[in-house]
Amino acid sequence: MPEILQYGFMQRALLAGVLIGIIAPVMGVFLVLRRLSLIADTLAHVSLAGVAVGLLMGAYPLAGALAAALLGAVGIERLRSGGLWGETALAIFLSGGLAVAVVVIGLADGFTVGLFPYLFGAITAVQPRDLWVTFLLGLGVLGAVTVFYKELFAITFDAEGARVQGLPVGGLNLLFTSLVAVTVVAAMRVVGILLTSALIVIPAVTALRLARSFRSALVVAVACSLLTVLGGLAASFYLDVPASGAIVLSGILLLVFVSLLAPRW
Amino acid sequence: MKTSPNSSRVWTAASAPVVELEHVCFSYDGERVLDEVSLVIGRGDFLGIIGPNGAGKTTLLRILLGLLRPACGHVRLFGTEVGQFRQWERVGYVPQKGVAFESRFPASVFEVVSSGRVRRSGLGRPLAAADYEAAQRALETVGMAPFRDRLIGRLSSGQQQRVLIARALVSDPELLVLDEPTVGVDAEAQEQFYSLLHHLNRERGATLVLVSHDIGVISQEVTRLACLNRTLVFHGSPEEAARSGALAEMYRLQSWVVAHRH
Repeated sequence: MPEILQYGFMQRALLAGVLIGIIAPVMGVFLVLRRLSLIADTLAHVSLAGVAVGLLMGAYPLAGALAAALLGAVGIERLRSGGLWGETALAIFLSGGLAVAVVVIGLADGFTVGLFPYLFGAITAVQPRDLWVTFLLGLGVLGAVTVFYKELFAITFDAEGARVQGLPVGGLNLLFTSLVAVTVVAAMRVVGILLTSALIVIPAVTALRLARSFRSALVVAVACSLLTVLGGLAASFYLDVPASGAIVLSGILLLVFVSLLAPRW
Repeated sequence: MKTSPNSSRVWTAASAPVVELEHVCFSYDGERVLDEVSLVIGRGDFLGIIGPNGAGKTTLLRILLGLLRPACGHVRLFGTEVGQFRQWERVGYVPQKGVAFESRFPASVFEVVSSGRVRRSGLGRPLAAADYEAAQRALETVGMAPFRDRLIGRLSSGQQQRVLIARALVSDPELLVLDEPTVGVDAEAQEQFYSLLHHLNRERGATLVLVSHDIGVISQEVTRLACLNRTLVFHGSPEEAARSGALAEMYRLQSWVVAHRH
């Protein structure tokens, strides 16, 4: 067995990384094509408020993050369907989530160290409980995307056409944004809140340059993402640099590489 | 040569008109864009809706499709109030090309056309063999079967337009609604496009509603013409429109350049 696989923390890190590496880019392909990439970043910041509240109350931080992210998802969809411009609604939630987190941290004054792993990720510090949470959340997202694949494709390709077909577009939007919220929380332990959207968006953008169909875009995005996560983890282990940063940078490296080789658009 | 309008306008309970608009009005921010529009579209009609920019054509279409709620009046599809109407697979919609989807969208032609079956196959259920067969048939109808594995963004405007028509046809709709379908489509593709519509209307008995600014072509192809300028200026056969001066009035409103075809 190579040295990298001999440590329990590294095995858990790989498992968590692979799980996130599968669901994050799938959501990313839908998000990028709907021009809603900022949603992931927004929900990540909103979930930080949940982490802060969770830490303050001594509750499980990921539970707080999940609750906050889901509430944020509902709020964003309400504002969007209320006619507010998509970007505006996102900007409000992004800064609002961060503001709540900062205030709560200020109130508690002392757990900034506890918050740090959620901001920048601590994949090598993933506990068995976190792994289970990530696994269950990831399975939920994958299942929902599989069941509603054709509906999600329809609202992504042409939302108005989907509405004319009689699809419940409002409900599907809410489902979709909630799935992004769950994905963000699941990815939190791997790359951290500040870099989560990178893991969601970058492999998707890379895949869009290579795709020959929508289905292939999803498959290629997952492949790029896994390559990115494993490459990043290996770099982190052997070069002794933070895993989250190494993962995101290897994703960007892959994107640049693909862009140079396949400058399709 | 065109045959005379083919709908014998006798409606029994089972064969209610496809579309009924009764005193429909609509305003954007207090400005009336549609006023007292009443219009009946019968089975087998090929209705062209024309009018100058800002006449409310697209608004009327969106009201008809249930995307906008009229400020007053009634809209019925197949005899049912549009708010209660649930059989949307009976309605096919071909949006303006370029508005509908992102041109670099990574979807194959076949994926796009199959997505027209989403509703018919049931929420949360995967598409079945019958859905894919229907998609294949629709592609053959519009002559795009050889392109089924191509990326939609790699096709010409005219080809993309035919793919969007196939997507609308895939649920076997009785009513096909088309919004400015020939914008940005070259002359040869337009010819093919109108002969396809002709086929759908005359051979398959589909009811067609086509919004266009291109009066010259449209008045040669349709069986009924509606001239819209906030209110319904004229509704009748194209021949009557020419006689009544309604067409001339429309031309005056927006100095259209029209080459009369024969």
